[in-house]
Amino acid sequence: MKRYRSKKEQDQTILRTATNYLLPVLLLFSVFVLLRGHYLSGGGFVGGLIASIAFVLHSFAYSTKQTLSLFQFSPMALIPAGLALSILSGLLPVLLGLPFMTGVWFADSVAVIGSVGTALFFDIGVYLVVIGVVLTILFTIAENV
Amino acid sequence: MISNFILAPIFAHMFTAVLLMFFWKRVQAQKIISIIGNSIAFIMCWRLFSATWKYGNITLQLGGWEAPFGITFVSDTLSAVMVLLTAIVSLSVGIYSTSAINISRIKYGYFFIYHFLIMGLMGAFLTGDIFNLYVWFEVVIISSFVLLTLGGKKRQMEGAVKYVTMNMLASVIFLTAIGILYGITGSLNIADLANQVAIIENRGLVTVTSLLFFVGFGIKSAVFPLYFWLPSSYHTPPSAIGAIFGGLLTKMGVYSLFRVFTIIFKPDDFILQVFIVIAILTMISGAFGVINKRNIRRILSYFIVCHIGYLIAGIGLYTELAFVGVIFYLIHDVIVKSNLFMMSGLIQKIRETQDITRLGGLYKDYPKLSLIFAVILFSLVGIPPLSGFWPKIMLFQEAFVQKQYVLLGTLIFASFITLFIVARIWSEVFWKDLLKPNSEEIDHFAPFSKSGKIALILPITALAGVSLYIGLNAPVIIEVSERVAHEMKNPSIYIDAVMKNLK
Amino acid sequence: MELLLVALVGVLYSAGIYLMFRRSMVKLLLGFIILGNGANILIFLMGELTKGKAPIIDAEETHFVDAYADPVPQALILTAIVISFGLTAFAIVLLNKVYSTTGSDDLDSLNIQDLDI
Repeated sequence: MKRYRSKKEQDQTILRTATNYLLPVLLLFSVFVLLRGHYLSGGGFVGGLIASIAFVLHSFAYSTKQTLSLFQFSPMALIPAGLALSILSGLLPVLLGLPFMTGVWFADSVAVIGSVGTALFFDIGVYLVVIGVVLTILFTIAENV
Repeated sequence: MISNFILAPIFAHMFTAVLLMFFWKRVQAQKIISIIGNSIAFIMCWRLFSATWKYGNITLQLGGWEAPFGITFVSDTLSAVMVLLTAIVSLSVGIYSTSAINISRIKYGYFFIYHFLIMGLMGAFLTGDIFNLYVWFEVVIISSFVLLTLGGKKRQMEGAVKYVTMNMLASVIFLTAIGILYGITGSLNIADLANQVAIIENRGLVTVTSLLFFVGFGIKSAVFPLYFWLPSSYHTPPSAIGAIFGGLLTKMGVYSLFRVFTIIFKPDDFILQVFIVIAILTMISGAFGVINKRNIRRILSYFIVCHIGYLIAGIGLYTELAFVGVIFYLIHDVIVKSNLFMMSGLIQKIRETQDITRLGGLYKDYPKLSLIFAVILFSLVGIPPLSGFWPKIMLFQEAFVQKQYVLLGTLIFASFITLFIVARIWSEVFWKDLLKPNSEEIDHFAPFSKSGKIALILPITALAGVSLYIGLNAPVIIEVSERVAHEMKNPSIYIDAVMKNLK
Repeated sequence: MELLLVALVGVLYSAGIYLMFRRSMVKLLLGFIILGNGANILIFLMGELTKGKAPIIDAEETHFVDAYADPVPQALILTAIVISFGLTAFAIVLLNKVYSTTGSDDLDSLNIQDLDI
């Protein structure tokens, strides 16, 4: 039995199907890039870009509205959360009497993630800010133009 | 512990900004948080200033990375003075904004961007790393772009295009200069750069690089051939934003010029000559520009250009006494210019126009307010004993001693034009009778609530009080300026403070 | 290789400045983007090119055994790219807004207000 779809939907079948699988893969990859960032190439900024590109791809395949509905909140809320996390991780060494932003590390390393320290939390903050900023900017432009 | 304290002014504003984001659409909460944040930041800045004054230069190596490799934050007397001035202006304009900025702008994040801008200014004044300075510059200009276009009237958009274009061009030139400087020295730390630049044999390359910096900062501080964006954009945004822009943004360019040309580069006679010629032309173009303007805000914009010339002239003279004059002038100028813009906003509220030919009778209607305005206006001219008088005398004297008679003539000429225009503003706006009687609905000031009126008048009065203090307690300010000038003339104090950890 | 990049920087700068002198706002924006890229390549060039080496030292190494690329210019360029991304995004929205309020792409059409003396 033939199913009738709108023209636009038919055009994007391949992209949509691919996006459904790509979105989680890209998000996982972005987390991987984020975590390996301290000693190898990668980090919060690149990870955040990859994650936001995944959402942008989703918005190409579907629409901006549907992409926003993936979030329980506005992507803009990620900006203050990420900023706060980064600042607090930078301020932690200050409480210990060290210069601002000095790396403070836990002695034991965690499986999969590796050693955990303030640098990791700073990077996670950057990751969140980048996703928030990029999505806010791109979706604002997409709505206006 | 004391060294981490340098970042306190930056963090006070950053925390306020982040906190404001959590209260995005709640106007009343935003106002309260902003005032509290500004007050805390002011206290921090005051403590930073007094600590710097007492213990000498304070440095912080970020993340524990030693001087030439990591990012350094330095608070020497010049930085501390600039930070304190920023805090004073930001606190007053912040209070003024709670009443002057309308609700739709606040809902679009006015206060968030405002604190972000101030944070950028604090960072630019405190950093000891040339690339970090660039980053803070960008923080400031992006925030200023948003503030300039917030609300989006047609007039504002037109001003913004010129402003945005010139500032982005300035950033690229600044970045290019940093790139070349890194190429020839391999360092980015200002103190380390000073040592490295001194031993380079190819002096021509150093001169060219320094001139690239001059062009980049020159656009930002609106010197002679590159000033035209300023008068065509500063009159468009609301007066509170104009106050921050007029008082602090151009001074940031001047501050960077001080830093780069007293510590990194030692200007030779050619560059000093360039400075003096540019200063003369800046003063003349600002003075001629101001003569035929009728809009108060446009007059103020050209005044900014004209008085930047004084500061550049001080660098051009390059003696300790000239530096004393320049720093004193800077202190006086930041306070007075911000206050003038706030004053113009209040006049706009009372009479709904900025056109001096259509204004009038303000002295009759608001005599007490007019007296405060008189203090501000006459401080700008420098009628003794008000604040503008002392630095001008020092600059005149030094120009005379250095036999720069053309410069001396221009300084006096610019002062006369300032006097003439201020006298005209006074007679047109305050003394002249109103052409047609003021109807009730034009006065937007009278129906304000009591707290709204206080929020508008208190900051203006406070800054006028600071101006009076500067004028009447000139020896205190001269003592501060002398110390700054001494540090500017002997950059080794700054360099040693940064590099002391290096064994 | 250096010579090629030097020529490229020159071309990018001149093309960018030429575009900025045009009256069209879109060309102004393009000019700024090209100029920014020129500045980034200039910084990259200034850090001395090290072919085929990453600015990363292996975790096992305890001291330098091999030439490695200077990481500072790369960090600078990354920062500059991020900043120019933000600036460009802002400029696009601004120019779009200007276009919709004035209905023109011509920079000369912005001068109406300057008649006030």
